[in-house]
Amino acid sequence: MSVTSVIAADTYDDDGYPIDMGLMDLRLGVIDPGLKCKSCGSRAGECPGHFGHIELVAPVIHVGFNKTIRKALRSICWNCSSLLLEEKKKNEFLVQFKKLKEMGHLPDTLINNIFKEARKSKKCPYCGESQREIKFEKPSDYVEDGRKLSPTEIRDRFENISDDDVRVMGMDPGSARPEWMILTVLPVPPVTVRPSITLESGQRSEDDLTHKLVDIIRINQRFQENRDAGAPQLIIEDLWELLQYHVTTFFDNEVSGVPPARHRSGRPLKTLTQRLKGKEGRFRGSLSGKRVNFSARTVVSPDPNLSINEVGVPLSIAKHMTIPVRVISRNLELMRTYVSRGSSVHPGANYIIRNDGKRLKITDLNRDELVETIESGWTVERQMQNGDVVLFNRQPSLHKMSIMAHRVKVLPSKTFKLNPAVCPPYNADFDGDEMNMHVLQTEESRAEASILMQVQENILSPRFGGPIIGGIHDHISGLFLLTRNEKMISKNDALELLKKSEIRKLPEPVGYDDAGEPYWDGKQIFSQILPSGLDLEFPAEVCSKCDVCKKEKCEEDSYVVIRDGELIMGTIDEKAIGAFKGKVLDKIVKKYGSTAGANFVDDFTRLAIRGVMYTGLSFGISDEDIPEDAKLNITVNLEKAEADVSKLIAAYDAKELEALPGRTLAETIEMRIMQRLGKARDEAGNTAGNKLGLENSAVIMAKSGARGSMLNLTQMAACVGQQAVRGERIRRGYAGRTLPHFDKGDLGADAHGFVKSSYKSGLNPTEYFFHAIGGREGLVDTAVRTSQSGYLQRRLVNALQDLEVQYDRSVRETRGVVVQFKYGEDGINSTKSDFNKPETMHKIVSSVTGKEVV
Amino acid sequence: MSNFSLLDNELIPNHEILGEDEMRSVLKQYNIGKEQLPKLKVSDPIAKEIGAIVGDVVKITRNSYTAGESLYYRYVIE
Ligand SMILES: [Mg+2]
Ligand SMILES: [Zn+2]
Ligand SMILES: [Zn+2]
Ligand SMILES: [Zn+2]
Repeated sequence: MSVTSVIAADTYDDDGYPIDMGLMDLRLGVIDPGLKCKSCGSRAGECPGHFGHIELVAPVIHVGFNKTIRKALRSICWNCSSLLLEEKKKNEFLVQFKKLKEMGHLPDTLINNIFKEARKSKKCPYCGESQREIKFEKPSDYVEDGRKLSPTEIRDRFENISDDDVRVMGMDPGSARPEWMILTVLPVPPVTVRPSITLESGQRSEDDLTHKLVDIIRINQRFQENRDAGAPQLIIEDLWELLQYHVTTFFDNEVSGVPPARHRSGRPLKTLTQRLKGKEGRFRGSLSGKRVNFSARTVVSPDPNLSINEVGVPLSIAKHMTIPVRVISRNLELMRTYVSRGSSVHPGANYIIRNDGKRLKITDLNRDELVETIESGWTVERQMQNGDVVLFNRQPSLHKMSIMAHRVKVLPSKTFKLNPAVCPPYNADFDGDEMNMHVLQTEESRAEASILMQVQENILSPRFGGPIIGGIHDHISGLFLLTRNEKMISKNDALELLKKSEIRKLPEPVGYDDAGEPYWDGKQIFSQILPSGLDLEFPAEVCSKCDVCKKEKCEEDSYVVIRDGELIMGTIDEKAIGAFKGKVLDKIVKKYGSTAGANFVDDFTRLAIRGVMYTGLSFGISDEDIPEDAKLNITVNLEKAEADVSKLIAAYDAKELEALPGRTLAETIEMRIMQRLGKARDEAGNTAGNKLGLENSAVIMAKSGARGSMLNLTQMAACVGQQAVRGERIRRGYAGRTLPHFDKGDLGADAHGFVKSSYKSGLNPTEYFFHAIGGREGLVDTAVRTSQSGYLQRRLVNALQDLEVQYDRSVRETRGVVVQFKYGEDGINSTKSDFNKPETMHKIVSSVTGKEVV
Repeated sequence: MSNFSLLDNELIPNHEILGEDEMRSVLKQYNIGKEQLPKLKVSDPIAKEIGAIVGDVVKITRNSYTAGESLYYRYVIE
């Protein structure tokens, strides 16, 4: 393996030429341009580098094997080096090894058991010597009955272990023997692994590994000289220790108990282990995660006028992102124009690659010359422009919809723009979120990305077989306002609403107003963006969930009926077009395909924004106002509840309260109080809710599913309700009471965190305090949950990443072991299923026959 | 000894030892050896219950919400 022994502790001679048999020996590989490798004859860049070696004067321990050395040392006889196990036991273990191998399991636990078993023996079964206690002392000393074992002694013992015993210790004597854990020769990594850098001053700066190797060679030499000169044992031992220290820190400069080797400046050296370990190490930093070219990152903001398949890219970014185009006769002229524009005029070109492979930056100076000389076979790195395919991503990338392919739209902004309908799969909002863009560089990658990863191909989620992309917030309130009630929309307004869609003709107006002008209603307008032939019936989100649904006769217009692409009745809300729930969207994607689905989303996002602007939707403090009588009603009800609680407490104190089954009396009273107060809050909410109708914008948003809930509104307008920690009333605080404002042992509603006030009216000091306690639990919960679920996700991905669905629909891992005989028990691709429900067949039959099947 | 069968519990799907012929046809269907089947320890209570021995292949018939019934096979190991 080694091409040379390294004996000189120096790198370059005075002329700057590598010293023969030094650390930069030309046989170890070349890094300086112009020189040729003496081992393989290649030049710098082609030569992979070659290992050399240092012959250590005395053996030293390899730090990485300390654990194994300790275990091996304790399980063999100090006298005859036999593994301290009966012959019969050894054979048993060998059989177990074979079995594990057959099953493809790792033998680690078995090996540990063998060592544990062997260590138990007090006496060698072969030579009869009684065994001694071996203590391990950090960092690499082995002390046997108070005497330190030298590496030579340990190596001698290991050398005497028979091949058969080595096998029982879980090693293969053909490829690894235990004594190899004690080093007599140190490999010198190739220079390509530790290149030296020439500073601006012309001075050479060596790699940390080279520094360390210099130390090792120096000590090795001194050791040799001292031993040859017959130096006293004490000095020899000191030098041996020193050699051990340098070899140890060469492998790992962060061993506990060993002071780290430092640079002259005081900076600890980065040696082998430090190169691999940790976040910036080779594995996590260079292999699993890399910084890449052709990528950009900036803040995102919404733009409902973009298609869901598009992404708005700032001009300043587009000018830096390039796509290589091979020049052929048919695009020569086009490429000439790009090159002639250069890098400052968009869309231009930034680099050009000549036939000889040389890459030139296009500048104002060479631009005209390049335009003249450009010919077929060259490659032009043109700037990104509208229509280019890019990958778009937001961390944490938890599912496949976290990276999707978008088409570029270059815009004069400074942020990435995206249609808010694609926020749900990315889990993005616009409070400062940043996203990444990667520009695809080859025709193959662009084809693959646009077929498999384009946004429209991901409208349906494999998680639940429904749309994960869809209307949010204003999309929902907008269409809700537009399709609710019978509206009279003039021709002007109708055209305004639909102007961004591909609609070129208005339907027959529903009527004519007093002035004889035609008008249309909102349902008609919405119908224009529905594909013809669409039939659908379902209760809307606003449906009050009556016991028996009146269907077509619903007075609240909350039963949606679509016939042949015409919204006959019902109001469009979250159930129709929302992400996760949207039935109309779901049906269009499944029936007409992803392109139609994307068009529908594009159309309704544009229509919804214009719809919400047509009526207007705003929310202010006054929207939380409720009439005086309702307020009085709520106060009376809450007081009644408090009185009831007092009665309960009185009954409890008088021991008249009956315990609920399986509960103590104390638990019972808590539950009863919570029940009563919960009911009081709900009643308050209902009272307020009845006074706030669908003309209130908060109610519109809550009922249509756009944002917020009736509970939010209740808390704002009527009563905040019970504050809880771990699902119980607040009990912590002072001895026997929550706050000094209350008597010890007070069980009353207000003493344990019931907030009577509403957010609008404001909280009193104790209520405010309890509210902060309850609110904090929520914050802590989210913080803990994200870290826990992140870890869980990592574990799951690690366990499942290599599983694959085979063509026979079985799921197998890399060795071919079957994990599932049929994917998900049923072999169904959930993306193609109908909300993962087995009744899909019924739906198909009823859509064909028009009859309900059970 | 036990006076009830594990298989009586509604949460435990039906387990049965496969006959030689059926086992061969299953292995052939998936083009695998016994080693590539999911494993079941002989010491597993259900293996004891049905009297499976090392080397047997056990067929499990599970009820499935979407597929009605689904089949699974496990290779009995030590
Ligand atoms: Mg955010
Ligand atoms: Zn070479
Ligand atoms: Zn012995
Ligand atoms: Zn209804």
